[in-house]
Amino acid sequence: MHFPSVFSSSTASPLPTLSDSAMDPPLPVSSSEPPKDIFSEPPADTFKDPLNKTSAEKAASGGLSKAQAAVPVKVAADEELDDLFSDSLGESGAAPVTDVLSAPQNDVIKKDIFEEPPKASTDLFGDDDDEDLFKEPLGAMTKKPQGSLFTEAKSEAKAARPEQSNSAAADLFTEEAFTVTPVVAAAKSSVNTSSKTNGLHSDEEDLFAEATVELSLDSPHNDRRKREAAKPSAPAPSLSASASTSKPQPKTLEELEEEEKEDTFDLNISVTNPEKVGKSTTSLSMFRSKQFTVRRRFSDFLGLYEKLSEKHAQNGYIVPPPPEKSILGMTKVKVGKEDPSSAEFVERRRAALERYLHRVVSHPSLLQDPDVREFLEKEELPRAVSTQALSGAGFLKMINKATDAVSKMTIKMNESDVWFEEKLQEVESEDQQLRKLHAMVESLVNHRKELSVNTAMFAKSVAMLGSSEDNTALSRALSQLAEVEDRIEQLHQDQASNDFFIFAELLADYIRLLGAVRACFDQRMKAWQRWQDAQNMLQKKRETEAKLLWANKPDKLQQAKDEIVEWEAKVSQYEREFERVSATVRKEVIRFEKEKSRDFKKQIIRYLESLLQSQQQLIKYWEAFLPEAKAIA
Amino acid sequence: MTSLSQDCDKEKLRSVSVDLNNDSSLLIDIPDALCERDKVKFTVHTKTTLNSFQKPDFSVSRQHEDFIWLHDTLVETEEYAGLIIPPAPPKPDFESPREKMHKLGEGEATMTKEEYTKMKQELEAEYLAVFKKTVQVHEIFLQRLSSHPNLSKDRNFQIFLEYDQDLSVRRKNAKEMFGGFFKNMVKSADEVLISGIKDVDEFFEQEKTFLLDYFSKIKDSTAKAEKMTRSHKNVADDYIHISATLNSIAADDNTALKQHLEKFAELLEKLRKVEGRVASDQELKLTELLRYYMRDIQAAKDLLYRRARALADYENSNKALDKARLKSKDVAQAEENQKQCLLKFDKLSESGKKELTSFKGRRVVAFRKNLIEMAELEIKHAKNSISLLQGCIELLKVN
Repeated sequence: MHFPSVFSSSTASPLPTLSDSAMDPPLPVSSSEPPKDIFSEPPADTFKDPLNKTSAEKAASGGLSKAQAAVPVKVAADEELDDLFSDSLGESGAAPVTDVLSAPQNDVIKKDIFEEPPKASTDLFGDDDDEDLFKEPLGAMTKKPQGSLFTEAKSEAKAARPEQSNSAAADLFTEEAFTVTPVVAAAKSSVNTSSKTNGLHSDEEDLFAEATVELSLDSPHNDRRKREAAKPSAPAPSLSASASTSKPQPKTLEELEEEEKEDTFDLNISVTNPEKVGKSTTSLSMFRSKQFTVRRRFSDFLGLYEKLSEKHAQNGYIVPPPPEKSILGMTKVKVGKEDPSSAEFVERRRAALERYLHRVVSHPSLLQDPDVREFLEKEELPRAVSTQALSGAGFLKMINKATDAVSKMTIKMNESDVWFEEKLQEVESEDQQLRKLHAMVESLVNHRKELSVNTAMFAKSVAMLGSSEDNTALSRALSQLAEVEDRIEQLHQDQASNDFFIFAELLADYIRLLGAVRACFDQRMKAWQRWQDAQNMLQKKRETEAKLLWANKPDKLQQAKDEIVEWEAKVSQYEREFERVSATVRKEVIRFEKEKSRDFKKQIIRYLESLLQSQQQLIKYWEAFLPEAKAIA
Repeated sequence: MTSLSQDCDKEKLRSVSVDLNNDSSLLIDIPDALCERDKVKFTVHTKTTLNSFQKPDFSVSRQHEDFIWLHDTLVETEEYAGLIIPPAPPKPDFESPREKMHKLGEGEATMTKEEYTKMKQELEAEYLAVFKKTVQVHEIFLQRLSSHPNLSKDRNFQIFLEYDQDLSVRRKNAKEMFGGFFKNMVKSADEVLISGIKDVDEFFEQEKTFLLDYFSKIKDSTAKAEKMTRSHKNVADDYIHISATLNSIAADDNTALKQHLEKFAELLEKLRKVEGRVASDQELKLTELLRYYMRDIQAAKDLLYRRARALADYENSNKALDKARLKSKDVAQAEENQKQCLLKFDKLSESGKKELTSFKGRRVVAFRKNLIEMAELEIKHAKNSISLLQGCIELLKVN
C-alpha cells in the first residue's frame, strides 16, 4: 500500500522530468552525454560497448549510473558482481574500463565513482538529480522519496524474494504482473525500487527509461497474451526488487532515475498490438489487470534484434529488422526540445518500434524465443552481450556486409529449385519498386507539406485583403474564407503526416523487411555452399585414398578412410541442413508474403480512410462557407 | 503542339465575371482559336442589332497584338480619360507547360511508359487549360468593352470587330518599346509626385487610399493563391507517379495483394483527376478572379492618376492665369486655358465618380459569384472523392 502513495507522488514529478530530460540532451552534469546514449544511437553504442557489462548500463543512464555500476563492481563487487556477471561475468570487470575509455561520460563517472565508491548512490544522486528527475526534488526530494521507496522496496523485495527465488522467469513474470499494477501507478518510483533491488537492475534501468511494457496478469506466462502497455514513467520493477540485494538498490534507483530522464520512450504493447506511449504521458489508464509494463531503451530493441538474428537468421528465418538509427534525428531531439521535428522524430520512432515489436511477436517461432519474452516481461533487462556488439556496430557491420557481399559474389550457386530462383528475383525487383514508390510517397509528403504552408500563407493574405475590403459583406466573406483556408491548411498538414505514417513508413518497413528476406536467401546459399565445400572435400579425400591405394601406403590409408567417413557424415549433415534451411526459407517467404499482403491491405484501407476523413472535413468547411459567400450583397 | 484548335464552349463558366448588362444590341464571343507556335489567332464573332455595323452577324480573325492595340488606343483617347479602361488581356503564356513538356521529355527514361503517357496527358490538359484561359481573358476584354455605354461606340473598337482583313497592327519597334518604357517611368514618377497632393474631394481621396491599399493586398493574395494552386497540382502529379508505380508492383505480384494494389492504383488515378480539377478550379475561380481585379484596380488607379493630373494641370493653369493677369499679358489665352482645364477636370471627376462606383459594385458581384462557385465546386469535388474512396474501401474490405 505504501507503493501507491509513493508512486503517485513520485510518478507525477519524475515523469515530466523524464520527458524533459529526454528532450533535453544537454544535461547539466556529465549526464548530458549519457542522455544521448540513452537515446537512440549514442546510448546504444555506449550501452552496447561498455554497458553490456553492468557498468555499461549505468553509464548509459548517466555518468552517474556508470559510476555506480563501476563502483559496485569494484567496491561492492561481491553483491553486484553476481548480477552483473549473470549477464556478462568477465565483462563486468572489463566493462568499467571500456566505459571509461569510451566516453567522456566516463570521466565524470570516474570522478563520481572514485569519490563515492561504496555508496555512490547518494552522491550520484546529487549529480543525477541535477539532470532530470532530481532537479525538482533535488537532494531533499530524492533522499526522502528514495528512502521511503527503498524501505518499501525492500519490504517488497523481502516479500517477493521467496517467490522470486523459487522461479526465475516465470516468477518474475507473475510478480511483475502483481507488482506491476501498483508499481505502474507509481511508475518511476517503482522503477527505482526495482532497480535498487537488483544489481542487474542497473542495466535494466537504462531499459526502463526507454520503454515500459505492461504484461497481463492473467496469462503472464503466455507470450501470446502478453500485453505490453507502455506507460510513460511506470515501469514494473517487481522482479528486480525480488532479486535485488540491499546494497545495490540505492544505486540502482539513482541510475534508474537517470535513465528515465534520458529515455523518452514508453512502450505499450498489447499482445496483438504494441503501443508506445509518449514520453510525457502519465496516464495509467492503459493499465489493465492483464498488463504489465517494462521500460526499454532504443538500444534494447536493437539488442533484441541482434540476439534474435544471431539465433534465428542462420536457420533461414526472416528476423524483422528494427528501425534504423538516425543520428541526425537523435541529435535534433537532444539539442532542441522545442523543435516540432524532434517530436515528430520521437513519434516516428515510437511507431516504428511498435510495429517492429508487433512483427516480432506475430512470428510464431520468434514469439517462443526466451529473449523476446524477457524483453517484454522482465523488469530489468540484463545487458546482453549481443547488445554490445551493436555498439561497435557500424564498423563491424560494414565489414560483415562487405565480406558477405564478396562471398555472395564468389558463390555461384547452380540453383536446382526454380522456386527459389524466381522468388529471389521477385524479391529483388520488388525491393527496387518499393524504393521507387517510397521516394514518390516521400515527395507526396513534401508536396503536401508545401501545399499546407502555401495555404497558410494564402489564408493570411486573404485575411488582410478582407480587412481592406470596404464592402462589409464581402469583407466578412473574405475573412471567413481565410478561416476556411486556415482549417484546410491544418487538414493538409494532417494528411501529410498520414501520408507519411501510414503509407511511407509502411514502405520503409517493407524495404527493410525485404532486406531480411534477402538475407534469409543468403543464409540458404551459405548452407548450400557449406554442403558443396564438404562434398568437394570429400571428393578430395577420396582421391587421396585412391592415390594412397595406388601408391600402396597402407599406413596412411586407414587415416584417409577415417577422414572419408567423417566427411561423408559431414556432407550428409550439411545436406540435411541445407534442406532444412531451404524448407524454412520457403515457409518463411510464404508466411512473409501473407503477412505483407495483410499488412498492405490493412494500411491501404487505413490510408484511404484517412483520405476519406479529410475529404469529409473539407466538405464541412466549404459547406459552412457557402452561406457566407451567398450573403455577399 | 503545332496547332490546337479549341472549341470554346459557350456554357463554360467564366472565370471572371463582368457585369454585362443584358443589352443584346452587341454580343461578342470568341468561339474558336488557333494556336500556331507562339501566335494565337482568335476568331472574334459579333452579333449586333446596331446599324453602325454593316451586317448583323460576322466573324473576324484577330491576334493578341490586335487586342493590345485596341487597348492602347482606348487609353490614349482623350475623351475616355474619365473611364476605367478595361485591362488588356495578358499575353498568352504557354511557357510553363512547354517547359514542363521539355522536362518530361528529358525524364522519359526514368519513367515507365504508362507513367509517361499519363504525365503527357496531364500536361496536355494543362496546356489546354492555359489555352482556354487565354481565350477567355480576351473574350472578357471585348465583352467589357461591348457592355460599356461609351466604349462600345468607339470607332476603333468597331473597326476591330468588323474589318475583315488583317488589321496588320504594326508591332512596336524597339524605339517605341523603349519610349513606352520611358513613358511608364515618367508616369510612375509623376504619379508619386501627384499622389502626394491631398485631394480636395473626399470621395476621391478615400478611393485613392482604398485602391492603393487594396491593390497591394490583392497583389499579394494573387501571388499566394497562385503558389497554393501550383503546389496543389504537384500533389495531384504525385498521385500519377504513385499510381503508376503501384501498377508496376502489382504487375509483378502474384499474391492476393495484386488485386488490392491494382485497385489502389486505379483509385489514385481517379483521385488525381479530382485533385487536378480542384487545383484548376481553384485557379480559375480564385486566382484568376484575384488577378483580374488586380489589373482592374490598376486601371482604376490609372483613372485616378489621370484625374489627379488634370487637377494639377488646372492648378497650374490657375497660376498661369494669375501670372498673366499680373503682367496683363495673354490674359485671354490663359483664361481660356484655365477654363479648359477646369472643364476637363470636372468632366473627369464626374465620370470618374460614376465609373468607380460601378467598379465597386462590379467587384462585389464578381467576388460573390466566384466564391459561391468555388465553394460549390470544392464541395462537388470532395463529394466525388468521397464516393470514390468509399467505393474502393468497400471493395478492399470485401476481399
